[in-house]
Amino acid sequence: MAAAPAPPRLGAVAWLRANLFSNWSNTVLTLLGLFLLVRALPPLFDWGVAHAVWGAADPDVCKAASGACWAMIHEKYRLILFGRYPYAEQWRPLLGLVLLVVMIGLSCNRNAWGLRLAEAWGAALAAWLLLMWGGVAGLTFVPNNLWGGLPLTLILTVIGLAIAFPLSIFLALGRRSRMPVIRILCRVYIELIRGVPLISLLFMASFMLPLFLPTGVSIDEVLRAQVAIILFSAAYLAEAVRGGLQAIPKGQHEAAHALGLSYWQAQRKIILPQAIAVAIPAIVNIFIGLFKDTSLVAIVSLTDLLLAMRQAIADPQWRRFFVEGYVFIALIYFVVCFFMSKYSQYLETQFRSGQQR
Amino acid sequence: MVSPTTLAPVVFWRNQRFRLALYQAVALLLVIGAGAYFVSNALANLDERSIRTGFGFLSREAGFRIGESIIPYDASNSYGRAYVVGVLNTLRVSLLGIVLATLIGVLVGMARLSSNWLVVRLASLYVETVRNVPLLLQLFFWYTVITGLLPSVRQATQLLPGVYLSKSGLMFPAPVPHPGHPYMAAVFVIGCGLAWGYRGRARRRQEATGQVPKLLLPSLGLILGPPLVVWLVSGAPTALDVPVFTRFTFRGGNSITPEFLSLLAGLVLYTAAFIAENVRGGIQAVPRGQSEAAAALGLRRTTALRLVILPQALRIVIPPTTSQYLNLMKNSSLAVAIGYPDLVSVANTSLNQSGQAIECISIMMGVYLTISLSISVVMNVYDRAIALVER
Repeated sequence: MAAAPAPPRLGAVAWLRANLFSNWSNTVLTLLGLFLLVRALPPLFDWGVAHAVWGAADPDVCKAASGACWAMIHEKYRLILFGRYPYAEQWRPLLGLVLLVVMIGLSCNRNAWGLRLAEAWGAALAAWLLLMWGGVAGLTFVPNNLWGGLPLTLILTVIGLAIAFPLSIFLALGRRSRMPVIRILCRVYIELIRGVPLISLLFMASFMLPLFLPTGVSIDEVLRAQVAIILFSAAYLAEAVRGGLQAIPKGQHEAAHALGLSYWQAQRKIILPQAIAVAIPAIVNIFIGLFKDTSLVAIVSLTDLLLAMRQAIADPQWRRFFVEGYVFIALIYFVVCFFMSKYSQYLETQFRSGQQR
Repeated sequence: MVSPTTLAPVVFWRNQRFRLALYQAVALLLVIGAGAYFVSNALANLDERSIRTGFGFLSREAGFRIGESIIPYDASNSYGRAYVVGVLNTLRVSLLGIVLATLIGVLVGMARLSSNWLVVRLASLYVETVRNVPLLLQLFFWYTVITGLLPSVRQATQLLPGVYLSKSGLMFPAPVPHPGHPYMAAVFVIGCGLAWGYRGRARRRQEATGQVPKLLLPSLGLILGPPLVVWLVSGAPTALDVPVFTRFTFRGGNSITPEFLSLLAGLVLYTAAFIAENVRGGIQAVPRGQSEAAAALGLRRTTALRLVILPQALRIVIPPTTSQYLNLMKNSSLAVAIGYPDLVSVANTSLNQSGQAIECISIMMGVYLTISLSISVVMNVYDRAIALVER
């Protein structure tokens, strides 16, 4: 890729004039912005840094200080991050998180994309779940209802996506099928799910799903929420994949047909690899949305990151420092989502430059 | 070797039309079978737990109170009426939210394209922060801030004369009802119709003669003039019902609950960030040549924006913005988490009271589906109306 020519270097004064004071309306806006910053930044700095209480400290120390009480986070971070998972076993979810970060790191490299990576993901997810559940190799068994915090949020997201993605490919293909019955069934499913809020699906999973199962069979709450998340994300992913499919020129289908490939051979070897590559930025965006949306399981009382934080600040001693709690988990969400959205933008420019050549 | 000229007649199970029909029949049977299985399970379970079925409960007495309502409602009213209250509350916050989110979103989107470095940075800071944090977290945050950090009713902050903000919400003056008000509303609607008609005539005249008739002032006159005349004729009533603090609480005026306020703030700020991105993307997608050509024709920057850039950008901006409107409406369901009595919250309460999960959740999903589908139908019609007509 040819690098864009470097912009002409401006002196500091010239830069100021061009970017901040080019005409009177810009000058007014700049002064207004500066005024806002001057009013907002110093108090924010005083609160968050200068007058804040860092490290371990008593709630009374925090009460006396005028700034933020980061001691609350210091006191409660294990509860916020891991929920009610047994305290002594919390290295297991931590190890799981490390595994996940390593896998995500590997997957960011476009050259690694392929069947191998998918297999590695399968193995990693299995290992992760095994770590969380235990019950083998001397690990004590930890039931689903004790899972919580960041690992629960991530499991709901990643497992949800891992199962919803293959499902969504079938839905997307079905929606473009030439068989009217299949086309209508897929279309009805997608429109139905996309027309209702996720929270109604979560309610459906937690109140209606038990009724639909044979008498005596029951599934636990984490699994119910997971089912709702899978059903929900499959519909949205299907639309992203369909977008990718639509971008594939007709000639590709015809060429595959001319080579004597069957429908499924053509899809698997010719159409889908191209369509999914086109759809990946959209898929990453859905991933970001899903990661944020898993916080809704807090409404059906699953202790995800958000609810774990709310339980931490329910402690009467620390209740007044709720803003710190919100800032802490907002930062976690922000870092993950920001990283993913930047990555999706990077991919988009990569694909675009690939097409321009 | 099979010689190509002697093709054996295709056996019927290899016939493609037969196969397609077979696949579809199997798919349909599978779906119907699964449905029947679930229904029979549900019937058995309901029977075992002796839960009543059917929508008869809608006419029974609800027995729960609802915090705020547009129409009169109390605990002795029916479940059906409670649902209507819930739907109206959902629509109220969604409509107001859509209007405010559009205003802020367009402003921020333009700000991100400004030539002012500082304005661009501030706008991006806002967009990036708000978009990357879950909406539910933001709603909880606003709700805890409003109910936890704002002063109590006793020490309510006075924002403007007669407008107070406190833990218990926003209090503001309302005009005292006057017999002239309905007439003012009526002539306002008529005025809007007249202005629309005038706009059509002006456009036809412009196409016929090339002259650009004045549009803004006459339309404003048509819209605002008649209500003003009616107001003057009916004796210019200026009486305002101003909230006054009496012993424990405010009396008079209008008020907005903290739940509504935090839900509205959360939804508007969140959706505005997405709309801002749509606006920015739409304007950037208009080819550079268009603004250069407009400049070459001697149009001023603002005129070029209004007549050349925006009409083209709008075409790109509207579809994704519609889906943001739908998202806002669906996201208003998070109200249940902070106790605003929207549709989900009413459905949840009646589910817990009546035990009729299937009916309660079906009504809830049915209502959302109806609203979503009708908005998308309306937007598709609008989309087609402004689509590029090539000659």
